[in-house]
Amino acid sequence: MLNRGTNGVGYGVIEKEVFLSSSIPVNLDIERYFNHHKMMNRIRAFEETAASANDDGLVLGAIHLSIGQEAIASGVCQNLEKDDFLLSTHRGHGHTLAKGADPQSMMLELLGRKGGICQGKGGSMHIADFSVGMLGANGVVSANINIAAGAGHAIKLKGGNNISCCIFGDGAINRGPFLEGLNWAGVFKLPVLFVCEKNGFASTTATESMTSGAGGKQRAESLGIPAEEVDGNDIVEVDECVRQNIKEIRSGGGPRFILCNTYRLHGHTASDPALYREQEDVDEAWKNDPIPKCRDLLKNAGVLDEDLKEHWTDALSEMREIYNRAKQAPWPELQLAYEDVQDSGDPREEAF
Amino acid sequence: MTVMTYADAAKAALAEEMRRDPLVWAVGEDLGRGGVFGQYKGLVEEFGSDRISDAPISEAAIMGASVGAAMAGTRPVVEMRFADFALCAVDELVNQAAKARYMLGGQTNVPMVIREPMGIWRSSAAQHSQSLESWYTHIPGLVVVVPSTPADNKGLLKSAIRCDDPVVYLEHKNIWGVEGEVPDEDVLLPFGKARIEREGADISIVSWSAQLHVASEAAENLEKNGISAEVIDLRTLWPWDKEAVFSSVEKTGRLLITHESVAVGGFGAEIAATVSEHMFKALKHPVRRCAAPRVPISYAPPLEDMIRVTANNIVDVATTMMDNGN
Repeated sequence: MLNRGTNGVGYGVIEKEVFLSSSIPVNLDIERYFNHHKMMNRIRAFEETAASANDDGLVLGAIHLSIGQEAIASGVCQNLEKDDFLLSTHRGHGHTLAKGADPQSMMLELLGRKGGICQGKGGSMHIADFSVGMLGANGVVSANINIAAGAGHAIKLKGGNNISCCIFGDGAINRGPFLEGLNWAGVFKLPVLFVCEKNGFASTTATESMTSGAGGKQRAESLGIPAEEVDGNDIVEVDECVRQNIKEIRSGGGPRFILCNTYRLHGHTASDPALYREQEDVDEAWKNDPIPKCRDLLKNAGVLDEDLKEHWTDALSEMREIYNRAKQAPWPELQLAYEDVQDSGDPREEAF
Repeated sequence: MTVMTYADAAKAALAEEMRRDPLVWAVGEDLGRGGVFGQYKGLVEEFGSDRISDAPISEAAIMGASVGAAMAGTRPVVEMRFADFALCAVDELVNQAAKARYMLGGQTNVPMVIREPMGIWRSSAAQHSQSLESWYTHIPGLVVVVPSTPADNKGLLKSAIRCDDPVVYLEHKNIWGVEGEVPDEDVLLPFGKARIEREGADISIVSWSAQLHVASEAAENLEKNGISAEVIDLRTLWPWDKEAVFSSVEKTGRLLITHESVAVGGFGAEIAATVSEHMFKALKHPVRRCAAPRVPISYAPPLEDMIRVTANNIVDVATTMMDNGN
């Protein structure tokens, strides 16, 4: 519930002219960004809790934190409808949460426990929740691009009004599926939104050092796909751009590409201290943390700071509770190891 | 029953399934003009270009987009043109299609058929001639189908299209024109059920795909020499019909496996090992394989023929096997 602010902007009055850092006046839908702020805090709290679970030795495999990239997750996924499809990456906790997945079953999955969102068979890199249209993170960089194009192809064949959205990192633009999947979506005029989260790194390598030419946006444009570039740490820019592009896709405009510039504030994995980059660059990047930026925006628009702080305290206690419950959960039932392989030649009947 | 070719039988199967289920569609290079071997000829006229869809030369996208389209509720039939080209889409098949159901905890199936024309055909050389069926049997999640006759190509393709698993469907290029009687009605052949091509008492010859015809020719020649060979067409390699092979070996005491693909690491090795594990005491002679040497396939016919397993090769090996282990 949004409380009445001191400057008289109240709940129910959702538009107010404010000035962003770029000095471009916009009509700010306060409730909208209040919700983004809340989601960004929940993602941050999930990731920080996952990081401490990793420190506790309870996360079993590698996890890839999206700390610093929350504005993209919230700005993209909260603009999707439940029946829209989402394909994500190994750094996909935030996307999944913002698409509507249950963080409890996500945390159980990270710990490999019973009740995990993939029954403990996928882990962090394969989180999916088909009940909210989330068709999977992916352990193979760029592989989600063709799959997302295909989900869009199915929409076209079936005649739906939903769309398919694919989020991938800047490292993905150097693999073949980037070319093949974007070309495919362009050729068949599919309802697909491609979002490149340019966080500057491909694992431990600075992406630009291994990328020829101007990068993802220009590559998308060269394939005839309208492309835009936004500050991925500015929730307003992301939200506005995504909303507009989704509208165009839904009205039959074919695929769109959005490049979101951001920064990976943590290492490649939760266990990577990322010593290969200058500390001062990282310190500088923290000043551009999207969450305080969104908070300042809302404060300037008259939202009470205590309400905004509550987003963080609520999110943290939500995720800690989730973690505590996950720790108590048993391992998955052993027979699951043989389940859901295939119907024909099912290993429960013959595995050798 | 209608007499039709191996290629036309598959086309009939696809057309019937597409009429039955509007979610079935086919996608691949050149399909709008019938496909590289004409196996889709006429279908675009009936079903339109959305359902008999052309594709860019992007095997990874053809396969990967089909994975997404399958997860999103359609049933794609993927045409890979040559089995060799499917290697451009191994991630999409092996890491994605085969694994999605399992690693996502059963939240999805990936019902797709991957048609991969394989085998030695008319001086096509090393990148257009391979038979890689054994690779796919190694991958949990995949079904592997290797039809040898027109009737089987219809009945197995229909089953593949209705199967909720990703099915690697390997048709042999050299038998597109082989004719045979094909049921007109809606006959679905089950996976994992072998066909006894020819009954015999002295030796069991197990084969599949085009090599089955070579095995049959060998069996005819063996009969002239007084050796009665039973020829078993496995039809599918995963699942494969162990019972049919075991009961044949129980009867004959001798097992010869023949395939066109390379012997080393081939599926014949799997069959030989399985029979050795379970049927050792029934064997009168060590299991033998007649398969290709570990050599790429050549262009010039005399060189191409050097790695071909012929009926005479099979006859020679089978004949030595009658000497009970010597």
